[in-house]
Amino acid sequence: MVVSRTAGSKIADGIILIALLLMAFLCIAPLLHVAAISLSDSAKVSAGLVSFLPLGINFDSYIKIMNDSRFYEAFGISVQRVLLGGLINFVLCVLMAYPLSREKSEFKPRNLYMWFLIFTMMFSAGLVPTYITIKSLHLMDTIWALVLPGAVPVFNLILLVNFFRNLPKELDEAAYMDGAGPLYLLFYVYIPLSLPAIATITLFSIVGHWNSFFDGLIYMNYPENFPLQTYISQVVINIDPNNITNVNDVSALAAISNRTLSAAKIFLSMLPILLIYPFLQRYFITGITLGSVKE
Amino acid sequence: MKNNGFSTIYHLMLLPGIILLLIFSIYPMHGILMAFQDFNPAKGVWESELIGLDNFKYMFTLPDAKDVFVNTITISAMKLTANLLFALVFALMLNEIRQRFVKKSIQTVVYLPHFLSWVLVAGIFKDMFSLDGFINQIVSFLGFQEIMFFSSNTWFPAILVGSEVWKEFGFGAIVFLAALTGISPSLYEAAAIDGASRTRQLWHITLPSIASVIVLLAVLSLRSVLDAGFDQVFNMYNKLVYPSGDIIDTYVYRIGLVKLQFELATAVGLLKSVVSFILIIISYQLAYRFANYRIF
Repeated sequence: MVVSRTAGSKIADGIILIALLLMAFLCIAPLLHVAAISLSDSAKVSAGLVSFLPLGINFDSYIKIMNDSRFYEAFGISVQRVLLGGLINFVLCVLMAYPLSREKSEFKPRNLYMWFLIFTMMFSAGLVPTYITIKSLHLMDTIWALVLPGAVPVFNLILLVNFFRNLPKELDEAAYMDGAGPLYLLFYVYIPLSLPAIATITLFSIVGHWNSFFDGLIYMNYPENFPLQTYISQVVINIDPNNITNVNDVSALAAISNRTLSAAKIFLSMLPILLIYPFLQRYFITGITLGSVKE
Repeated sequence: MKNNGFSTIYHLMLLPGIILLLIFSIYPMHGILMAFQDFNPAKGVWESELIGLDNFKYMFTLPDAKDVFVNTITISAMKLTANLLFALVFALMLNEIRQRFVKKSIQTVVYLPHFLSWVLVAGIFKDMFSLDGFINQIVSFLGFQEIMFFSSNTWFPAILVGSEVWKEFGFGAIVFLAALTGISPSLYEAAAIDGASRTRQLWHITLPSIASVIVLLAVLSLRSVLDAGFDQVFNMYNKLVYPSGDIIDTYVYRIGLVKLQFELATAVGLLKSVVSFILIIISYQLAYRFANYRIF
């Protein structure tokens, strides 16, 4: 590429770079702020002195959380949910993507299945009928209510199908000649070649399971069965909006809530995402673009 | 092709997933009947009395139903426009950066908020925008009166749009960035030799090259006009901002699972699904016509 060397162009580059760095800073500033609050002295926090660096560093709120069995029970349920739900999503996605990526000449009902999947993705029964179904299946207060309704992530499945379809057809021919069946081909050829796509959809389903709070709220009758995000939404954020009736109550509520403790709970809840994200993010850009862009 | 003998294996590979979808997506659909019933939980869906469209008629007489519908459309229209604009501007600016390391680092940081849950984002924003929070420190430092952002009907929609843009603009830029890398460098070289400035290159090469992607995203966003973001609103709103912040999905949750008016909630939900379904069909038709896009 021809890079122009005029002074105006260099100034433009500088302005763009500064604007971008500012945008990037704005994206992490709130996270730094929460981390700083969680590590600061409460008095300094209420005085409004804490911005992005902790003042009067202490670990009081983290020590309090370590003695709060409700927090790590909820944490444990979320970990269970991610492992079980992520595994189910992964197995079903890979297993279903292979037959759906076949040519129509090779597997005739392919489009029939595909339309069925798209139908379930676009049209759902709605909140109340789904709730009643889960209830009548006696899944309330079990982990299955959290992992089975979303067992087939149709959107991720379509990404993977498109990725599989873009792999060279010659691979199939060669493998079939050598006597390999579909399962062999899937596990020894397709999966190893699709790691970016598989890493992407795995990241999506792990994050999805870790982040969802609403199913925990409606399908769990007892707070001790809440996954982490549901627990946080109840204890830190929502403190039942129906009980707040006037303006004075809102400020009263804000005053009594312990900001450093809430900040520590929020920070600990996002820590797993902050830890796995850097390792998986390098895959997901190729994963998304290759899976969604077609010839 | 001679390898037609695998159909049975293919059906078997699809079977577990299809069964789960039948149980959890298709079977609940009989519950939609409730929308046309005087539903009696003791009798269940199959035995309750059918009353035709009365639930829908009743819904249209409710004053809050109208507010909810208007809120849903305005909030999501503002979000869709703001997200598209910010993502586009960000992608165009990032595309001007030549240093690979700087580019990658900015991208990594900017995508991150997308992966945080609305529960946590709501927690963070509620703290920052609270009366003694960080933002109000700045507001009062600048000499203004502190603002109750989360209980003001003027500010609440702005908070919803702002936090949505904060969380999603970077991630939304991925598609634009992919389109931008597809532009042939020879176009820019030719333009530069002809003496085109960078602004002219932007107007005459970059924007026309990604115009179809912009149209595509704009058209596809039409399908989600009735989804104003349940997780976000649910975690951010309170009774004081119902007039400006209540949306269809939060309303369905409250009348259905909190007030246990199953048939009314199902009717509202069904109306939303039907309208959304029609919007999806329209948006895919438009996307196919204007951007040659197909789902699979």
